Amino acid sequence: MESPGSAEAAARAAEAAARRSYGKLIAVLAARTRDVAGAEDALSDALAIALTEWPERGVPDAPEAWLLTVARRKFIDALRRRRHDEDAAAHLQWLADLTADDDDAPALPDRRLGLLFACAHPGIPRDVHAPLMMQVVLGFDAAAIASAFLVAPATMAQRLVRAKTKIRQAAIGFEVPSGDALRDRLDAVLDAIYAAYAEGWSDPEGVDARRRNLADEAIWLGRLVASLLPDEGEALGLLALMLHAQARRDARRDAAGDFVPLSEQDPARWDDALIDEAEALLRQANASSSPSGRFQIEAAVQSAHAVRRHTDGVYWRAIEGLYDALCALTASPVAALNRAVAIAQSRGTAEALVALDALADDARLQQYQPYWAARAELLTRHGDADGAWHAYQQAIGLEREPSVRRHLQQRAARLRPGAAA
Amino acid sequence: MEYMLMIYSDPEGWAKLTPAQAAEGLAAYGAYHEALQKAGVLKNSNRLRPGNTATTVRLKSGKTQVLDGPFIETREQLGGYFLIDVPDLDSALSWAARCPGAAHGVMEVRPVWPMGEP
Repeated sequence: MESPGSAEAAARAAEAAARRSYGKLIAVLAARTRDVAGAEDALSDALAIALTEWPERGVPDAPEAWLLTVARRKFIDALRRRRHDEDAAAHLQWLADLTADDDDAPALPDRRLGLLFACAHPGIPRDVHAPLMMQVVLGFDAAAIASAFLVAPATMAQRLVRAKTKIRQAAIGFEVPSGDALRDRLDAVLDAIYAAYAEGWSDPEGVDARRRNLADEAIWLGRLVASLLPDEGEALGLLALMLHAQARRDARRDAAGDFVPLSEQDPARWDDALIDEAEALLRQANASSSPSGRFQIEAAVQSAHAVRRHTDGVYWRAIEGLYDALCALTASPVAALNRAVAIAQSRGTAEALVALDALADDARLQQYQPYWAARAELLTRHGDADGAWHAYQQAIGLEREPSVRRHLQQRAARLRPGAAA
Repeated sequence: MEYMLMIYSDPEGWAKLTPAQAAEGLAAYGAYHEALQKAGVLKNSNRLRPGNTATTVRLKSGKTQVLDGPFIETREQLGGYFLIDVPDLDSALSWAARCPGAAHGVMEVRPVWPMGEP
């Protein structure tokens, strides 16, 4: 034991241990019983005890093991109390399982990957995958998750409870699938991590320092999956994609806090270390036997933008080709939109507008701000100031972020000198 | 399902803006209004004059009582509303987040309770 420190130091140690090990502990506690909610309650009891005991007795040498032991005890207590409303035989089996888990000592097995696969199981609604991971693997509370995904907290809490009940009742396993099943199910895991990243990325103002940064946490999950599945090109591709985006995080704002689009960003403000890491991951992904999927292609697009670190030009033909591949693979309207934007650079505005017009009836893009911003930009270059102005109005009306909204308003204002936009 | 998106904000903040900033803010509302219309979800909307223009009326022991000022004195006041018709609360929240009011104030989202519904 270390010597007793201040309550604050102990609280920090408890928080650090919880942050580092939350998912690991939940995965171990819930692996056999599949009672994720029960495991969370037990771990939160253990953390509360740590907060009172550690300041007095010092932080234990192995905080993770300490938390696991206490949480396991709490879990068994809770199961005993619950005996009357549970099937007695199942209850006894649970107790036996939990006790058997003690044999796993001394090394704490890392079952987080299995837990991620359980969270992204096809039996759980797709839009709950990412929130469930945030709660179960990262320890976010329902209110923070609700804010990140723009859902009412009560609704989010209900969805999470339902998903956990499903894991328990349908006995969704924590096993990492193998063979073809691995690739199918891995896609859902990666999609959920990327969804969490995208929510964090679209919240660039980061005004609330207390709020854990979702983008950083998603990258942490991406690192976890990439390190546990180093032969899966898509796992590496997703991490590369997120690191490329992350490298440009700060460059999205100028000194006054105004939004700076990618094409106008100063490459000197990009994070070279993150870009180098992303490039190395992409090379590793290309060397792997798995076919190139969505994330590797998207990461390759980001990689093509990153060459601006060394040269002035961007290889727009290459980017257009990558989006061709992405469209063929995913049929995503967003990929088609990005393809049209690339065409504007590689082949000119007129051809880009033809590509964009082909998307005009896609209902999925009608309330998608980047579609209208791209349309406005292309119409401006095409000399259709009126059409561009109306497209900008749509983009402005659909934007959430005040700094991006201002940026769009300023661009629109150039079309109608004298009038406010 | 109809939802009322109510904008609560501090009128002082608006008063402090430069004319250019105020024009930009107003234009952002105009664009938001247009986006709601184009999406086919807007039923009605209006802004309200500040709380100091409010008058309250109540009947107390059979006598009317009329007072100057708003019912509740708070820094953030109801400044306007958008009545929208969308499939569910999730989409109402996503529209509320796009309203400029979410950045300079707080959006309160409440479901409309039609007459005759329990």
